[in-house]
Amino acid sequence: MGLDITWAVDWVRRSAQVISEHRVELITLDREIGDGDHGENMDRGFQAVLPKLDDLAAGSTPGDVLKLVATTLISTVGGAAGPLYGTAYLKAAAAAGGAVSLDGPAISAILTAARDGVVARGKAESGDKTMIDAWTPAVDAAAAAATAGTDAAGVFAAAADAAEAGAVATEPLVARKGRASYLGERSAGHRDPGAESSALLLRAAADTAAAAAGA
Amino acid sequence: MRVGSPGKVGLVFVSHSSDIARGLVSLARQMAPTASLFPAGGTDDGRIGTSFDLVTAGIADADAGEGVVVLCDLGSAILTAETALDFLDDAVRDRVRIVDAPLVEGGVAAAVAAESGDPLDVVVEAAESAWGGRRDDASEGAPSEAQVAGDAAQPIDGDRAASGHTRSIRLVNSDGLHARPAAELVKLASTFAQKVTVNGTDAKSLLGIMSLGLTKGAQVDIASEDPDGREAVDSIAALVESGFGEA
Repeated sequence: MGLDITWAVDWVRRSAQVISEHRVELITLDREIGDGDHGENMDRGFQAVLPKLDDLAAGSTPGDVLKLVATTLISTVGGAAGPLYGTAYLKAAAAAGGAVSLDGPAISAILTAARDGVVARGKAESGDKTMIDAWTPAVDAAAAAATAGTDAAGVFAAAADAAEAGAVATEPLVARKGRASYLGERSAGHRDPGAESSALLLRAAADTAAAAAGA
Repeated sequence: MRVGSPGKVGLVFVSHSSDIARGLVSLARQMAPTASLFPAGGTDDGRIGTSFDLVTAGIADADAGEGVVVLCDLGSAILTAETALDFLDDAVRDRVRIVDAPLVEGGVAAAVAAESGDPLDVVVEAAESAWGGRRDDASEGAPSEAQVAGDAAQPIDGDRAASGHTRSIRLVNSDGLHARPAAELVKLASTFAQKVTVNGTDAKSLLGIMSLGLTKGAQVDIASEDPDGREAVDSIAALVESGFGEA
């Protein structure tokens, strides 16, 4: 079964909750190799989305929700995460189009578009110790799951698993992009906060999709 | 509502710090009193960071139809500026340039060019000229051979050595080498590929040239070690000799 507007709103609420719960953890990760504002910025951004969910017009689609998240994050998140996540959600919204319900292949396409948006904006490659190191394994796993005929919830679950593994795998890497790159070799040994928040958001998507499928 | 100066390219300074962005406007304003200079520093609520809304508003304020040059400090400022460009109408986006240049030096150089009514491409070049030779020969370090200030005894109009060219001129400008002539000198130097120094300072660095603080009557040593540097040295010498059209 496909994922609809109810799921999309649930995902955003769950994302806001998860980011809030991990706010201190993200701040700590970012303080080790960056400027220490990632948790606070992401929390502020998602908290700003919440009241806007209540103003969504009747008949809104998942794509409308993704676009709302995009514009809100771009305007409220002060660090690099604002434009990067904003672009990801914006490209995801475009890929979702006006569809009322999203199936496995649609979810795969949305994740691919989001990842491509982040790459185009931040010009990072795999192995640079950025959120791309969570996104690209997630996109690959989602594509494989969709091709195998897995439903939307299953595609998100595969993506979340791969993103979490990808985030963990950033720990030994030396940063080549972003503020952490100024640290050079000293950035090794710490998990990238952007990869971590990406994994959290995809896990929130998988959990809410599983709940929607079970409902 | 602030609006860009008619007929002039506008500038937006994007920094993580509102103090830096506003300070740079004040600094550049000394040399560019009528140019459109707008700060877009910090977040909407005054914290350290960059704001999509402030950058978007800055571009709108700076745009008088002649184009806008956007200069940024750290990486995420560029990301924010690029995202802001994505949301502009195509017609506006075509005349907005995000320039990769040192924020302070590039900002001042661009402001001087905008002040004198230069078109968009020239203002962009002025900002980029702030790199001077630094980017290409970053390993070279500061010039040491030529730390001979204006009072060092040097032959007037003589070739320094077989491999290079030197000209020494007395500055005739009554106000010294202030912002406008300094900018003209840097602009001219930037049109040559060869490295040229003025009293030991890179002739392509506006702040470097201005900080020489040369006053009327000072000796100006223009030199290039490049075998092909004669034309550059002679051109700059001629400009200094002419009094930059104001002596």
